[in-house]
Amino acid sequence: MSIFLIFLQKAITQGVAILYGANGEIMTQKSGNLNLGVPGMMYMGGIAGLIGAFFYEKYAANPIPFVGMLIAIVCALLCAAFGGLIYSVLTITLRANQNVTGLALTTFGVGFGNFFGGSLSKLAGGVGQISTIVTSSAFRAKIPFLSEIPIIGDLFFSYGFLTYFSLALTIFLHWFLYKTRIGLNLRSVGESAATADAAGINVTRYKYLATCAGGAIAGLGGLYFVMDYSTGTWMNNGFGDRGWLAIALVIFARWRPLNAIWGSLLFGGLYILYLYIPGLERSTQEIFKALPYLVTIVVLVITSLRKRREDQPPAGLGLAYFREER
Amino acid sequence: MSTVSVKEPLMHIVKRDDNSLWRNVYIRVIAVVCSLIVCAFIIFGLTGMNPLAVYGGIWNGAVGTTRRMWVTFRDAAILLCVGLAITPAFKMRFWNIGAEGQVLVGALATAGMMITFPQLPPALLYTVSLLAGVMAGMIWGAIPAIFKANWNTNETLFTLMLNYIAMQLVTFCIIFWENPKGSNSVGLINKGTKEGWLPSILDNGYILPIIIVLVIAALMFIYMRYSKQGYEISVVGESENTAHYAGINVKRVIIRTMMISGGIAGLAGFLLVSGVGHTISTSVANNRGFTAIIVAWLGKLNPFFMLIVAFLLVFMEKGSSQIATQFGLNENASEIMTGIILFFVLGCEFFINYRIEFRGKRHEEVKA
Repeated sequence: MSIFLIFLQKAITQGVAILYGANGEIMTQKSGNLNLGVPGMMYMGGIAGLIGAFFYEKYAANPIPFVGMLIAIVCALLCAAFGGLIYSVLTITLRANQNVTGLALTTFGVGFGNFFGGSLSKLAGGVGQISTIVTSSAFRAKIPFLSEIPIIGDLFFSYGFLTYFSLALTIFLHWFLYKTRIGLNLRSVGESAATADAAGINVTRYKYLATCAGGAIAGLGGLYFVMDYSTGTWMNNGFGDRGWLAIALVIFARWRPLNAIWGSLLFGGLYILYLYIPGLERSTQEIFKALPYLVTIVVLVITSLRKRREDQPPAGLGLAYFREER
Repeated sequence: MSTVSVKEPLMHIVKRDDNSLWRNVYIRVIAVVCSLIVCAFIIFGLTGMNPLAVYGGIWNGAVGTTRRMWVTFRDAAILLCVGLAITPAFKMRFWNIGAEGQVLVGALATAGMMITFPQLPPALLYTVSLLAGVMAGMIWGAIPAIFKANWNTNETLFTLMLNYIAMQLVTFCIIFWENPKGSNSVGLINKGTKEGWLPSILDNGYILPIIIVLVIAALMFIYMRYSKQGYEISVVGESENTAHYAGINVKRVIIRTMMISGGIAGLAGFLLVSGVGHTISTSVANNRGFTAIIVAWLGKLNPFFMLIVAFLLVFMEKGSSQIATQFGLNENASEIMTGIILFFVLGCEFFINYRIEFRGKRHEEVKA
């Protein structure tokens, strides 16, 4: 297989976690909530899935990969949505500042992940690293037959199912936001909550549901990273800054899920590009690692220069809505 | 005129119009106590340890010995310094979440000066590295401000991205400065000569950074409250249209304020390299840029309250790393506990600004 094919394949595996995070954040931001807690929720989703799988494998006599997988997914969704719920209660009901609450959620979530990831096996009375190979095998299972086709199989069919699900989810999200009544309502809440309220839309309910669902989606990104990318093990801070990259991708995609698909491929590629350019000095490699962020800034500046209405963030982004303070 | 009895919904929220200091304090204290109780349950549930012993360990770790106490004071001061950097920007409703990067470039410039000019006389070297740190922070703060002022580019996301570019810039420079070669770290700068290290006062290496930060805090308080520029910042923050109407040059205020904000963050970077660690790495800012946002917000942008919040947060952090070693927990336990405390304190703001009235008493409403 040529080096370019390997690069593409790796770029896709890097991009999936970011794509989930970005999708979750698009959902959240469309409701007008700028949730900077995405990195935290992704950690929470990842570790909760790992904990679920760990206990299942520990106590089941003959762990079945598929069951472990289901348990991991449910745990990840619930835990990450819980992160979104904390954010919602604080910002929507208790009217706290969105930026500060999001950052606090990230502090909490990252600490939560690293704490349990680092000490789970010890708390459970064992020693050494957590490992959930059985469950991970279900996440990493390739598509039979198709993945054996040369080149095409490697490029398109050699990934775990969460990769394909991320694509399906993105397309679903696009359909949901732009083709359904509920999606239209949700977008109107993000653009102008007061107008939506006047039109009879339950602003609070939409904001809560979108933020919690967005958290759950972002959590799947963490789960993908832990179960598929890291083969069911945990390394403290191993997830790195991918959570922030997910927020960057939201801007890059200009709040549209379909753009996020190729954006995630681009970000994933930029993230590892330095490994694939021959003859780079160690120092130049570090400059290449800044590329995703530089590209995001460029996009941010260009969209603000062009002022195209369809490229702008939701008008109510970051603003809290209090009905009696109009 | 007739009186009608109106049935109210189960509860409704009323904005408090009085502002009593006493109530503000006790609501916050209740919130912190509640969060500590929740933390205690979590500690007990996870480890089965006596939460009181754990809290004792926290106290011991933060202020148990004279040295620990000074370290806690100094780190609280530096966290306060970053919080002070954010204050004018937040007052202007410019959501600068790039203090992390501004601290980093400040630290980087300071380290660069210390490495490049170790032969300069000490007084000159301090001046040069201080200026370099502040200038670097100013530039890093001015970039998003220029775009915000001219094209309304979203500053939250811009400053966030600049953090990671600053981080890569630091790793880039470390490769040139690494000592020994190939170690990927700079090690103590000027280890033998201690050139450019902030001096000890009264045989105590911790006091000078604390004094510097307290002076900045006092200056910031005066600047924000009594200067014309401070007033302009609050007007721009309240309403840009009003500021335009009053003849304030909004663009200039935005850029100038962000240069001040970045400059103070750069100064915190200078203190971290010259006064604390004497080395440079990507973790030199150690998330202070983000924690400082919480400090500034919870302290209501008031330097005195911010001092209390900064101390509380550093106290928890130092204490938790102590219990981590003492009880064999993972040091990230502190982040969970800090997060829980923050959730409660953020949530309690609501009860300071609003009160909930329940149904039960029927209002006699007068209908004309």
